[in-house]
Amino acid sequence: MSALRIRGGRVVDPASGIDRIADVWIADGRIAAIGDPPRAFPDYTPIDATGRIVCPGLVDLCARLREPGATHKGTIASETRAAAAGGISTLCCPPDTTPVIDTAATVELIRQRAAAAGGVRVHPLGALTTGLAGEFLAPMDALRAAGCIGMSQGDRPIPDTHVLRAALAYAATLDLPVVLAPRDPWLSTGCAHEGAVATRLGLPGIAVAAETTELARILALAGDTGARVHVGRLSTAAGVDLLARARASGVHVSADVAAHQLHLTAEAAAGFDSTAHVQPPLRDPADRDALRAAVAEGLIDTICSDHQPHDPDAKLAPFGASAPGISALETLLPLVTALARESVCDLATALARVTVGPARALGLAAGTLAPGAEADVCIFDAEAGWTVDPERWRSRGRNTPFAGRQLEGRVEMLLIGGRDATH
Amino acid sequence: MAEPGRDVQVGADGRLQHFLTTEGLGQDRIVEILDLAESFAGVHDKSIKKVPLLRGHTVVNLFFETSTRTRTTFELAAKRLSADVLNLNVSTSATAKGESLLDTLANLQAMQCDLFVMRHAESGAAHFVARHVAPGTHVINAGDGQHAHPTQALLDVLTIRRHKGDFENLSIAIVGDLLHSRVARSEIHALRALGTREIRVVGPRTLLPSEIEALGVSVFHDIEEGIAGADAVIMLRLQRERMEHALLPSETEYFSKWGLTPERLARAKPDAIVMHPGPINRGVEIDSRVADGPHSVILDQVTSGIAIRMAVMALVAGTAPREPRA
Repeated sequence: MSALRIRGGRVVDPASGIDRIADVWIADGRIAAIGDPPRAFPDYTPIDATGRIVCPGLVDLCARLREPGATHKGTIASETRAAAAGGISTLCCPPDTTPVIDTAATVELIRQRAAAAGGVRVHPLGALTTGLAGEFLAPMDALRAAGCIGMSQGDRPIPDTHVLRAALAYAATLDLPVVLAPRDPWLSTGCAHEGAVATRLGLPGIAVAAETTELARILALAGDTGARVHVGRLSTAAGVDLLARARASGVHVSADVAAHQLHLTAEAAAGFDSTAHVQPPLRDPADRDALRAAVAEGLIDTICSDHQPHDPDAKLAPFGASAPGISALETLLPLVTALARESVCDLATALARVTVGPARALGLAAGTLAPGAEADVCIFDAEAGWTVDPERWRSRGRNTPFAGRQLEGRVEMLLIGGRDATH
Repeated sequence: MAEPGRDVQVGADGRLQHFLTTEGLGQDRIVEILDLAESFAGVHDKSIKKVPLLRGHTVVNLFFETSTRTRTTFELAAKRLSADVLNLNVSTSATAKGESLLDTLANLQAMQCDLFVMRHAESGAAHFVARHVAPGTHVINAGDGQHAHPTQALLDVLTIRRHKGDFENLSIAIVGDLLHSRVARSEIHALRALGTREIRVVGPRTLLPSEIEALGVSVFHDIEEGIAGADAVIMLRLQRERMEHALLPSETEYFSKWGLTPERLARAKPDAIVMHPGPINRGVEIDSRVADGPHSVILDQVTSGIAIRMAVMALVAGTAPREPRA
């Protein structure tokens, strides 16, 4: 495999604390050095990155690829191409496919399709319970042997607290991380944040308590079982408070937030715009600000896309009858770098939340430019502005509330294992 | 977008294209509709109860939720305007076969129907349809989910205006299940636009939507405090499902705590009027002695309903006389 020199870019690698203009040297698909070339470096192909940011390929902990089961919304091939266009080199897909990822065969199918698509590294999360029904434990060790790096319930609940506790204890025995979305099913039957906007529009509300009650249960059981729990897609200030208290008392828990929650609020639904229908719902400005602060200080270590591509018909309905979810792979990077532009945190911190943060949360060998690491490298122009036009996306899902918005930050090249995966 | 309805229901020329919500409608436009309705009110008393304003138009009553009263008054209103009327109870036809809302609509548009009166269980359904109909086709919202029921709200304010006149000195209480009430939301917007001095909402916490104060109302949980000194009391219908969803213990307990009895009504102004969008549940939200008593204007509301619906149809179709014959 050829050697590469990425020349003259601003190298931002939060994992190793690097943020400076430097060259990145790549050989045999791995990072060889940053700065001076290693001794006896072979003939290389130069890549000019002057004026560009050079960072690890992004790691996305929550992206629905819709395959198997809903290929009219997206396929592993289409959605991994979209991920690559968005600078994402590694992603995890939740187990709520059809069929559910609760057998080695389904894991194998996804891995084969991902390998055939070539490019983005796809890590399936296995089902924590069989069929995600919340009743019996899924064969976690067999799923791990097939390639699952962690377990999850997707967005489905485990109502029986005994089952949840046992599932966490068993996963802890196998040292498997567990991703759980804090969402009380009985309080989550609405479609918009319970508050002034939902009241005005007459939309059934989802209370803050839908998150806090379930989060409190998850945190208590995480502390009790010692499981490595990752809390997925926080949406409320009260949830951030609960997380902070659990962390302070020594509970081993990491957490993510969807990028759209850091930018949009309940007001986005004001015109019954079904692209703003998402679960958990877009909430109040105070919630958004608390989530931003938690991202800045690292209490929330990961920003995910929560990518949910839909076919047009799924959104072509009155708000509450439309399918929730946002197609988000191709806006993740600009929404993350916008945090630096809006002075929420510096660029290295923002990028840490989509590189080293998620990699550490689920124990993935990704998200760093340290010598020896796989050469997954994203080169982007942080200043380049573009207008979101979902008709030109790689993703099959064109459902985004950001359509028509001007965003800054355009991916110019994505290397995965040293290979150009951009096109 | 603070006023979601305005951009959709008002055309580039400033004319009302659709009638979807009272939010953002503005005092002048509401008064225009009320005045026009008053001019139509005389039509009912003639021996031939018709004016030719919608001759040649086809009005479709497109009801995805069942309704007797609202659909009937829309039908009468359309016929008195000389329109052809088609009643479709869609909940039992096309959608049961999996046809989408837009497909149903496209089929009806292909039959040259030009005015849709629509009721649907989803909030925002009328806005959704209004965004997708062909230009020149008009949508009137006859109730969408828990969002809006603007013609009901305007017939209620017309009834209040007839009995009370100027809104600026009025205190109006709305009592009951505001959480699920599209009527109440539309009334609140309309009453505020007309400058109503005070709007109160009264009910248990389980039936009042979160942050309803943001709509410009004051909140009461005790009915006697809530209707004290009120000029008009609007009672809302209580659906039996509220007990099934654990929002209330029983109809009996609801009546004993929030039902409007003559004794409680004595707290309101001596000349207070009592209203109800119907159909009423006697002994649940309202005592028969009040519903049939001297303060009740419930049947006046039904009569006002036809005139309001004639006015709204003529306005959106662009055939209303320029100067109402008030």
